[in-house]
Amino acid sequence: MVDLSLEFCGVKFPNPFTLAAAPTTDSAEMIARAFEAGWGGAILKTTSVETEVVELVYPMMSGIDLEDKKLMGLQNIDLISERHIDEVEKDVKTLKKEFPDKVVAASIMGAKKEDWQQLVRRLEAAGVDLIECSFSCPHGMPERGMGSTIGQDPELTERTARWVKEAATRVPIVIKLTPQIADITSAAAAVKRSGADGVCAINTLKSMIGVDLDTFIPYPNVGGYSTYGGYSGPAIKPVTLRCVAEIAKSVDIPIAAVGGISTWSDAVEFLLLGATNIQLCTAVMHNGFRIIEDLIDGLSVYLEEKGMNSVKELVGKALPYIVDHSKLSRDYQVVSSVNRETCIKCDVCYIACMDGAHQAIELDENRLPVIDEDKCKGCGMCETVCPVEECITLKPRES
Amino acid sequence: MSVRPKMKELSLEERKAGFDEVEKGLARHQALPEASRCLFCHEAPCVTGCIAGIDVVGFIRRLKTRNFIGAARLAREANVFSAVCARVCPSEEQCEKPCSSTNLAEPIAISALHRFITDEELKRGIRPQKAGAPTGKKVSIIGAGPAGLTCAHELGRLGHEVTVFEAEDAPGGLMIHGIPRYRLPREIVSAEIEYALSPGVKMRTGVSVGKDISFDGVRKDSDAVFIGIGLGYRSELNTPGHDLPGVLQAGEFLRMAALGDVPELSGTVAVIGGGNVAMDAACSAVRAGASEVIVLYRRREEDMPAWEREREFAKKEGVKFQCLTVPQKFIEKDGRLTAIECVSTKLGKLDSSGRPRPEVIPGSEHTIDVDTVILATGQAPWPELSSVFGGIRLSSSGTIEVDPETLATSVEGIFAGGDAVNRGQTVVQAVADGKLAAKSINDLLS
Ligand SMILES: Cc1cc2nc3c(=O)[nH]c(=O)nc-3n(C[C@H](O)[C@H](O)[C@H](O)COP(=O)(O)OP(=O)(O)OC[C@H]3O[C@@H](n4cnc5c(N)ncnc54)[C@H](O)[C@@H]3O)c2cc1C
Ligand SMILES: Cc1cc2nc3c(=O)[nH]c(=O)nc-3n(C[C@H](O)[C@H](O)[C@H](O)COP(=O)(O)O)c2cc1C
Ligand code: SF4
Ligand code: SF4
Repeated sequence: MVDLSLEFCGVKFPNPFTLAAAPTTDSAEMIARAFEAGWGGAILKTTSVETEVVELVYPMMSGIDLEDKKLMGLQNIDLISERHIDEVEKDVKTLKKEFPDKVVAASIMGAKKEDWQQLVRRLEAAGVDLIECSFSCPHGMPERGMGSTIGQDPELTERTARWVKEAATRVPIVIKLTPQIADITSAAAAVKRSGADGVCAINTLKSMIGVDLDTFIPYPNVGGYSTYGGYSGPAIKPVTLRCVAEIAKSVDIPIAAVGGISTWSDAVEFLLLGATNIQLCTAVMHNGFRIIEDLIDGLSVYLEEKGMNSVKELVGKALPYIVDHSKLSRDYQVVSSVNRETCIKCDVCYIACMDGAHQAIELDENRLPVIDEDKCKGCGMCETVCPVEECITLKPRES
Repeated sequence: MSVRPKMKELSLEERKAGFDEVEKGLARHQALPEASRCLFCHEAPCVTGCIAGIDVVGFIRRLKTRNFIGAARLAREANVFSAVCARVCPSEEQCEKPCSSTNLAEPIAISALHRFITDEELKRGIRPQKAGAPTGKKVSIIGAGPAGLTCAHELGRLGHEVTVFEAEDAPGGLMIHGIPRYRLPREIVSAEIEYALSPGVKMRTGVSVGKDISFDGVRKDSDAVFIGIGLGYRSELNTPGHDLPGVLQAGEFLRMAALGDVPELSGTVAVIGGGNVAMDAACSAVRAGASEVIVLYRRREEDMPAWEREREFAKKEGVKFQCLTVPQKFIEKDGRLTAIECVSTKLGKLDSSGRPRPEVIPGSEHTIDVDTVILATGQAPWPELSSVFGGIRLSSSGTIEVDPETLATSVEGIFAGGDAVNRGQTVVQAVADGKLAAKSINDLLS
């Protein structure tokens, strides 16, 4: 059996798969079910001090489909949990007692220094394993100077993170970052300076998911009005990959990846980019806690096939291959090549090359695409659109 | 919405030319979109549709994330003969029947996806199992068909010392000696038999219990016995002339074809019967050189016990169905079969099977010129059942009587399953029985 356990900020996770702070972690009962299904850890939904007023609106979820595929992306206008620290303390105690080997983490948000510090002290006393701080919710909370207002300003980030770290005597502190900042490494560097232990990238992206063509009211329609929300799900994965890679390459700090992760192979990508904890939210909201079976099995089989004994062997392995654009070779040249056996003659590549690239594809009398190697620049657009796996490939040019 | 994919098939000429597998499996770019068409239902109905208990939705999810090996292992954990069943199961009547996607478009092509992952697995080789920690208990298995081999595999993994006795020279039962190669290539069966035996199971071929060794001896030597001896495939049709040269038994004909030694045929071949064996005999006759193949059946086509997919397969290969026809006599000339004298039937009142009873139409006698007849009208329990396996209670139809909850026979410590018991007659039923019996035996021994 391969070893899936992974340390993050000094805490040992039985496997890297962790439930992100979200509706899936808003009660001990839900988390208990998730642990039983096999999840390694969970971050209880963001909580606050008892005096913080949290008034939710409904409906709060809207999805965007990619044609017939449901939920390419999800937008929420949820807020932090309605359940304050008094209830979360109890959840932490119950869960730690029932599942001593799983990682029980909490997420917090405060309006002022005293709030942040009180939250940390009470959670530590309750026996929490790790505390995540949301500096990153893009909707609702910023109107009160909370959430991404902090995360978008490295100075505020450093100051707030210091407050939190000051109050913590035992548990590691992780700061959850927003991608809505010109340079996410500046935020990660601020966290590092504060002395906090790790970062979590990323929270949702501020979004507007759609507009009703009949009523003209954007989604979700809350009694005739709508607002901006937070965008999550498979659609944001490339943004998360970029954020994690940028941080990993420039700041020496443990990274938890979250944002668009749905499968074991997504997780492998994030591990390769240097993340040591993998969080999921939307995929779980869509397909349930049971996806953990596929995540664990898929990761195990992958490691086995690669001849690796531990998930640790993956961490950071892709980072050396990322360089600045200017460093990429101008001598490396490829040319497109079509497999005439498997081609189904849809000629989608022809259209893409004609109208979107270099007019390098011609069709023969059987409608089979023929690459004009003189015109083909090897841009890769044809390969990108071809519906047949490995039918079009880019081959290095013989020079 | 993508549509349910179809596998590539051999052309008709290629089909007639030999016994190569007809269906070629799905390509990756067909399997992946099909997997992502699955809705991943809660308490998925497909899973309840599989009597071997394969976590169908589980393997589809793994397939979708390109974890093909994980998917294949999940299916194999529930079904030792995973790759065989992916080819020969009547899935449209099982897992695919209740599929929720039917209400959107078409059921998910579960069998084809199942086959895809087993193909991927076979490319790399099936990971063998280890024998469990020895329990010191001995179990004997009689018959190395899917029922016996599954039972042996499960018990071997639990640490029991298992010996399988098989009358034939090779294990596999009807997977080797019955089901035609063009639907089930031998390499696949062999790979899965090897896997079945992997947890330390001892295989003794060429040993017919009752003939070569006594049942009582086997019984005394073991803490429990499982009987999975299948059925005999012999027609009991006593039509005059049934013993003429040129009148073949389907069981024997298919057995020879399965062993790669099909009798050469020519001219017109008539297959008598309407079950799957008749369809297989007809399509094998096409491959054996017949220029025309007619299936004679006494009721209507829709009353045939053969699965629709098998009927369509045969029709595609040019097999003609002549329904509402009963042979009365096989006619010879110079000691050679030349024709069948038949009568036409019409359907009367419902019989005990709930189907209309065929009644002969007076004066409808006619003859059909044929060169060969293949009798495919039946299979029956081995006649020696009661004498060899003395003391075991038999059902009214002559099969072994068992408690359906445990597969225990009337004699303590003796269990039975597969065709010898239920006459349900599918590989997957045999597998399910093998698993259930293994569980009961393990409960008894521990
Ligand atoms: C032509 C044909 C096509 C079929 N097509 C399909 C299909 O498409 N799909 C499907 O699901 N099913 C199909 N079946 C049915 C399927 O093959 C059987 O249901 C299944 O093989 C039954 O398994 P079993 O283990 O009970 O018995 P068998 O497979 O019959 O195996 C019994 C074994 O016991 C051995 N044996 C018998 N007596 C003794 C003895 N005294 N001592 C030692 N060994 C003994 C026999 O030699 C044999 O090897 C088909 C059957 C036939 C004949
Ligand atoms: C409905 C909803 C509520 C969320 N609530 C919180 C929250 O309370 N605290 C927090 O830090 N993140 C919250 N998130 C953000 C998620 O933890 C996660 O960062 C984001 O959804 C991206 O990951 P995903 O693509 O796996 O969903 C919420 C997300 C959703 C969809
Ligand atoms: S897109 Fe692919 S399949 Fe379609 S014509 Fe081009 S090469 Fe062939
Ligand atoms: S019933 Fe059909 S759609 Fe639902 S999980 Fe099973 S295969 Fe998928």
